[in-house]
Amino acid sequence: MKATVLVRPKPGILDPQGEAVQSSLRQLGFAVEEARVGRVVDLELEDGDPEQAQAELERMCEQLLANPLIESYEITVT
Amino acid sequence: MSRPKIAVVVFPGSNDDHDAALALEGLGADPVLVWHAETELPEVGAVVLPGGFSYGDYLRCGAIARFAPVMSAVQRFAAGGGLVLGICNGFQVLCEAGLLPGALRPNASLEFVCRDVPALVERADTLFTSRCEPEQALTMPVKHGEGCYFADGELFAELEANGQIALRYADNPNGSIGNIAAVINDAGNVFGLMPHPEHAVDPLLGSTDGALVLGSLVDAARERTLAPV
Repeated sequence: MKATVLVRPKPGILDPQGEAVQSSLRQLGFAVEEARVGRVVDLELEDGDPEQAQAELERMCEQLLANPLIESYEITVT
Repeated sequence: MSRPKIAVVVFPGSNDDHDAALALEGLGADPVLVWHAETELPEVGAVVLPGGFSYGDYLRCGAIARFAPVMSAVQRFAAGGGLVLGICNGFQVLCEAGLLPGALRPNASLEFVCRDVPALVERADTLFTSRCEPEQALTMPVKHGEGCYFADGELFAELEANGQIALRYADNPNGSIGNIAAVINDAGNVFGLMPHPEHAVDPLLGSTDGALVLGSLVDAARERTLAPV
């Protein structure tokens, strides 16, 4: 079973990396108003119950993959 | 005077551990280096989490170090009222571990800052700042890429109201909200700061102000050792 976790800086959190990317893209001539930079974690899980996997992925995000104070996350199981 | 034992935790990637130990020794403590894989702390009056790049700073600074075996022992020590000081990466570890509120984000400038900065003492009545005067400007070096302290509106108001902001930058080097350089937990036994007191303990280093912070910790650790909590 494969899963992908997307971690993003929460709205309103200063994202200097995103700002730098936005400004570089503008310098290249692209009309980009805002860029936010997050993180992708691809996981390969042992096969098992998908519901249980979903619950475990949420625990992984809460405990380690994201810092809930500053980041939101999105889980996709495939 | 007795020399209180103070543990300095060594994570893979810590690089200010020996400097912290040397500074504490010079201030009258007996530092003990404790490897991250230990599950128990020795009998000590305080614990210092030093600066560096624990576990390569992978994922987020301090995110992986907080799960090191020794951190369970540090959690128990803090829960029992034990004194814990986190410097730079140690501050990041304490925030990730939930021992201190808030989080440390990449510097607003995206640049690694490495220079002496003045920080004003807002709380001179903590166990970590007892040798300081209120409003005193302490000059200590910062050297970090991710020292931008963040707390959301509600948490920030809470920190202000509880007097948990211990030091504020006079010249904010990283974009920290409210110019926060150091915070203390509500119970008053866990303290984290981004500036490096261990690198400001000798005139040769350009400042001795860091000795006021570490000296306060040594004083408090000595008292704790004489009368255990």
